[in-house]
Amino acid sequence: MNKIKKITKYQLFLPIFCMLLVLCINIIHDIAVGGFSNGLDFFKITMTNGLMGGRIINILSRGSEIAILAVGMTLVVSASAGTDISVGSVMSLCASVCCVLLAGKAAPQATELAVPLIVAVLAAMGVGCLCGMFNGALVAHLGIQPMVATLILWTAARAIGLLVCNDLIVYVRNEQFQALGNYIGFFPTPIIIAAVCITVVALFLKLTALGTYIQSVGINKAASRITGLNSKLIIFLCYVICGLCAAIAGVVAAGRISSADSNNIGLNYELDAILAVALGGNSLGGGKFNLAGSVIGAFTIQAITTTMYNLGVSSAVTPVFKAVVVIVIVAIQSPAVKQAFAKINARRASGKEVERA
Amino acid sequence: MKTAILEKPAAAEKKKAINGNSLLLIITIALFFVLYIAGCIAYSSKGFANLQTFFNILRSNAGLICVACGMTCVMLTGGIDISVGSLVAIDCMLLSYGMANWHLGAFGMCAVVIVVGLVFGLVQGYCVGILGIQPFIVTMAGMFFARGMTAVISTAQLSITADVSKTFYDIANFRIYFPFKSDGIRPYISIGVIISIVVLIVIFLMLRYTKFGRSLYAVGGSEQSASMMGLNVKATKVKSYVLCSLLCSIGGICYCMNTMSASVAQATGLEMEAISSSVIGGTLLTGGVGNVIGSFFGVLINGTIRTIVQTNGKLASSWPNILTAALLCFFIVLQSIFALVKSRRK
Repeated sequence: MNKIKKITKYQLFLPIFCMLLVLCINIIHDIAVGGFSNGLDFFKITMTNGLMGGRIINILSRGSEIAILAVGMTLVVSASAGTDISVGSVMSLCASVCCVLLAGKAAPQATELAVPLIVAVLAAMGVGCLCGMFNGALVAHLGIQPMVATLILWTAARAIGLLVCNDLIVYVRNEQFQALGNYIGFFPTPIIIAAVCITVVALFLKLTALGTYIQSVGINKAASRITGLNSKLIIFLCYVICGLCAAIAGVVAAGRISSADSNNIGLNYELDAILAVALGGNSLGGGKFNLAGSVIGAFTIQAITTTMYNLGVSSAVTPVFKAVVVIVIVAIQSPAVKQAFAKINARRASGKEVERA
Repeated sequence: MKTAILEKPAAAEKKKAINGNSLLLIITIALFFVLYIAGCIAYSSKGFANLQTFFNILRSNAGLICVACGMTCVMLTGGIDISVGSLVAIDCMLLSYGMANWHLGAFGMCAVVIVVGLVFGLVQGYCVGILGIQPFIVTMAGMFFARGMTAVISTAQLSITADVSKTFYDIANFRIYFPFKSDGIRPYISIGVIISIVVLIVIFLMLRYTKFGRSLYAVGGSEQSASMMGLNVKATKVKSYVLCSLLCSIGGICYCMNTMSASVAQATGLEMEAISSSVIGGTLLTGGVGNVIGSFFGVLINGTIRTIVQTNGKLASSWPNILTAALLCFFIVLQSIFALVKSRRK
């Protein structure tokens, strides 16, 4: 009994438990459909036409965008106790900027790159940074609630993206650009990009004191300021990093479909990113965070989505399940439920003592 | 003597606070008239100056007025509800699909919609009020839930014709003419406008003269003092979310009367319009200050911007969204500057 308690208290318990649950459902479904020989279909890695495939690779590849977003979102949640709900729209805006630059005069149908790929990607990242700075300034310097501040870009960014694209879907059918969202050699590029992003941020947090600062600001803003930390600057930085992550995710998403579909890129991704952070065992109330948890959470969510499609659930319906999961996780974390659990435990403990006596 | 000295500065401060907040309302009303008159001057050749244009703004925003009233009530307690757009979508879908396939009749389906709204509000209110989860997280989950459930009912683009429900069709298309003429046309309004104006007046009176209305202000002003005064803070919060979802359902019916159609993507961004209307109308995001009359003018400003963009005809369709967001940004920054100045003075 004590051992179980210890395991459940471990922060990575929740994400890993959910991941295993999803895997089990998949295996059971495979066995039910195709018999025992198909039981491990889920883990099978295939090579078709020299490209790596298979469901697990698909999940890793498709989940990259959410993983990249989750990295930025974790920092924002930790530092400001609020979430950045503009990430999906910022993704769309950055994708539009990138594609419009690449297409140049040939928009909306381009095959040649008008500017070098790196310039367009850097421009998109710059726009992402600007969005992050806007959010960060509102939250850190004007003291507006994070969700209200990001609500502005939540509508505006997508609308500006549409404006940049002139209400059209801009296609860039160029191998260089498509490689960003598909394959480099035989390996899916998004996985590499996500891995690089996660490693860079993780190393940055480990090698500098920023990670500790962020947690300290999240736990108590006023106390951190008194100890000499520039709380405002740290919160501001978190939002900028979040915007940058959204930009990278946006470029990957655009590369995947080799176009900038402003209305659909990053749609509902804010929910996925927040869900990833919550699934990772991070409190949405700020403070301590665990980057690894968020990343595992992100891939778990993609696994859930893929499993849903596998079970034949329509893509428009999947938000229902995700919304329910979010509410359940957050409800378990809520003070009222924790108190109720504590009461039950106390009653049990006192009951045992009475028995002993 | 001592108490008199103690009371005096408090009373003076109260007066100042009211002045600051009514200033926001005055800015809003002035902004509306400036926008409208500018529209009249710029597009007079396209019939903008006709009184019917104004009533058309009211007609197409009847649903939004109800939703904004509900949003204001929630925001007064310091909360927020971003599920309203999706709730309107599910209301429209229930009405369109239900009247065609479930044979409950127009009034039966309206009752179903209102019950759905009440249940939805109760669950959200329970999560926010009793469990103490951040309202934004709860209502965001609610937003995706409602949008997903809309897709569960039907993913098709449905429209309400006279064949689907004669009663609903007739009510929606009923025109109430005014007994005077403007530019040779007798201006008219629809039943939806009447419903929304009645809702507006009822909520205005409720906030002003009932115990519940005042306790909304008290909870938003300071939860701690409200609970020390003996108010049931949790119950008040739950009730505010139920009220918001109920008004949202009524707004959904008005919205459906105007569009006469339903689809999964319907009313996306309505939550943004409702929030910005309330904020533009002088409701503080921190709670405790606000008025539905201000929200009404906020809705009119949003509607005027939309109409001006449509009348122009050359501007991209995303302009209203950008302008609404910019206005919201402007007013939020204005509010926070007011708050900063106030705290500096102390």
